[in-house]
Amino acid sequence: MSTAPSGHEAPGHGTAGTRETTEGTVYTVTGGDWDEVVSSVRRTDDERIVVNMGPQHPSTHGVLRLILEIGGETVTDARAGIGYLHTGIEKNLEYRTWTQGTTFVTRMDYLMPIVNETVYCMAVERLLGITDQVPDRATVLRVLLMELNRISSHLVYVAMGGTELGATTVAVFGFRDREMCLDVLELITGLRMNHAYVRPGGLAQDLPPGAVDQVREFVKKLRKNLVEYDKLVVGNPLFKARMQGIGYLDLAGCLALGATGPILRAAGLPHDLRKSDPYCGYETYDFEVPTVDTCDAFGRLLVRMEEIHQSLRIIEQCLDRLEPGPVMVADRKIAWPAQLALGPDGLGNSLDHIKKIMGTSMEALIHHFKLVTEGFRVPPGQAYAAVESPKGELGAHVVSDGGTRPYRVHFRDPSFTNLQCMAAMCEGGQVADVIVAVASIDPVMGGCDR
Amino acid sequence: MTEQNGHVPVPRDGAGEVIDVRTGMFGAQDGQDTSGYGRLVRTVRMPGEAVRPYGGPRGGGAYGVFDEVADELEGALEEQGLLPSNAIEKTVVDRGELTFHIAREHLVRVCRTLRDDPALRFELCTGVSGVHYPGDKGRELHAVYHLRSLTHGRLIRLEVSVPDADPHLPSVCDVYPTNNWHEREAYDFFGLVFDGHPALTRIMMPDDWQGFPQRKDYPLGGIPVEYKGARIPAPDQRRSYT
Repeated sequence: MSTAPSGHEAPGHGTAGTRETTEGTVYTVTGGDWDEVVSSVRRTDDERIVVNMGPQHPSTHGVLRLILEIGGETVTDARAGIGYLHTGIEKNLEYRTWTQGTTFVTRMDYLMPIVNETVYCMAVERLLGITDQVPDRATVLRVLLMELNRISSHLVYVAMGGTELGATTVAVFGFRDREMCLDVLELITGLRMNHAYVRPGGLAQDLPPGAVDQVREFVKKLRKNLVEYDKLVVGNPLFKARMQGIGYLDLAGCLALGATGPILRAAGLPHDLRKSDPYCGYETYDFEVPTVDTCDAFGRLLVRMEEIHQSLRIIEQCLDRLEPGPVMVADRKIAWPAQLALGPDGLGNSLDHIKKIMGTSMEALIHHFKLVTEGFRVPPGQAYAAVESPKGELGAHVVSDGGTRPYRVHFRDPSFTNLQCMAAMCEGGQVADVIVAVASIDPVMGGCDR
Repeated sequence: MTEQNGHVPVPRDGAGEVIDVRTGMFGAQDGQDTSGYGRLVRTVRMPGEAVRPYGGPRGGGAYGVFDEVADELEGALEEQGLLPSNAIEKTVVDRGELTFHIAREHLVRVCRTLRDDPALRFELCTGVSGVHYPGDKGRELHAVYHLRSLTHGRLIRLEVSVPDADPHLPSVCDVYPTNNWHEREAYDFFGLVFDGHPALTRIMMPDDWQGFPQRKDYPLGGIPVEYKGARIPAPDQRRSYT
């Protein structure tokens, strides 16, 4: 593009100013220079203005770029530019073992790492044909952790959604409570995020001592805190004024655009894979699928807040039905040879296991070495596993060619699919409502771009 | 292991569709083979065509949900004057999942039928996933669609294969607008060209990117890392057992 400086401002990246391009005048806005921009825009006779929001805009949930064509305050055309957080996770998976895959997928949608891990492991287990052999304790813990993750994801949605409307108190509340979720996840998995805790065949480790009590304590505390959201967010006239009727997408639009999760349930359809296509034994838990029929941003907020309550119910049921037992399949060709032990530097190898493989059993050493470096083989074929993530249907299409590495893994991430609704929700509305609409989709670019 | 669960067992050899023949071991392609492993030959077979009855998602050999879906689809296509065997190249039932291999010229018609027929009603398409089988000559690129019926609570898979030399297939955006971005993604990563797509441009990679990164012949890249004096090769240069 030709760049001809105009005025006294030196044009360039990161500095404010105007420059002429083949596409028309480009104004770079960095904040604090609005007077200048407004006066120069006033000079032009072009009514059509394209506003480029992001990819580094604080209200676009990470690196989402919104391309808005505006006439006055009205958005006439809205498009989303994505791909700024593409990290090639799907390609990278093809060069690691099946077990190492969890380390990658946990980093996709970083607000729901356990859900990513679980759906990947479910697909691998289906390929291996060991779905029924996963121990009950592992399945119950998966459900517990997924629901914890649902809560933490929804809390970030409330917190960030509030921030984007200028309500910083909500952000403080949301992140305070999310921190409690992450504390529990840290206690159980060892990490606040990117856990790699769910593995093909079960879990990496059993619960540490005291975890059950801490989860119960968490449930109690969060129940108490949730009342605050009812007053501060749901019952707040300002939130209602900003969100009601905004980001409208009805049921037909949702289905056509493939929107799932709270967006679909806010359009009145009680579609939840936990009920309609149960996995991990969800059919045995007692919980409701909340719906509203307002089709707007406020409805999505209501659905998510109610889902937090329902997730707490599921967590309590998980705790009640936790029985002692293994957390990994019995098949030694798949299960990791040793549980980790707590060393002086945090997690470490099990000294007992090292004593065994180094001192007494050469076969065990060979087996350990082969399983860890080479990994297990998965019979050829393809499988699709789907779970109801906090954001909608998260699907994993996994193909094996019979080797020790995935042949192809594709994730149908709900953030990716749901973001397509942005145009339908925003066009014809006000610029300020774009923020509300995008926040109500709750996109996470790590999952969207993978 | 698999039979105990009532799943269809995966044939170890003989049956199935050959998609590739691999030789050697450890991924070593250059240099003299002093190990003898270079003479290893492994035939990669994907699950082959299923015979009736297809059963259902919980397995079993009796008439089940999958047969219902197949019957309804075949019946609906016949009503439209289309011979089902022309549209459905192959039906695979594996691991409790039903896959229709569809001829690309009939893909849109099949999708529309699957969506609109009251007995089928697959309202939700969960996108398209590309798979590259460079060893499967004439059918190198596959596009895999998963369709979900909320009405009937079913899930099926459609698979379309196209040759690398002519990677065109029709876009299903008209039937499932949700596939707009998914098809762009499959184009971006695999070079599958979806004819009739409203704006088939790259979506993840930069607009001026060369090549299609998720094809098998596209290198992963990476640099060797030195750790405590040892040199660890880049991930795609490491020993591979497949």
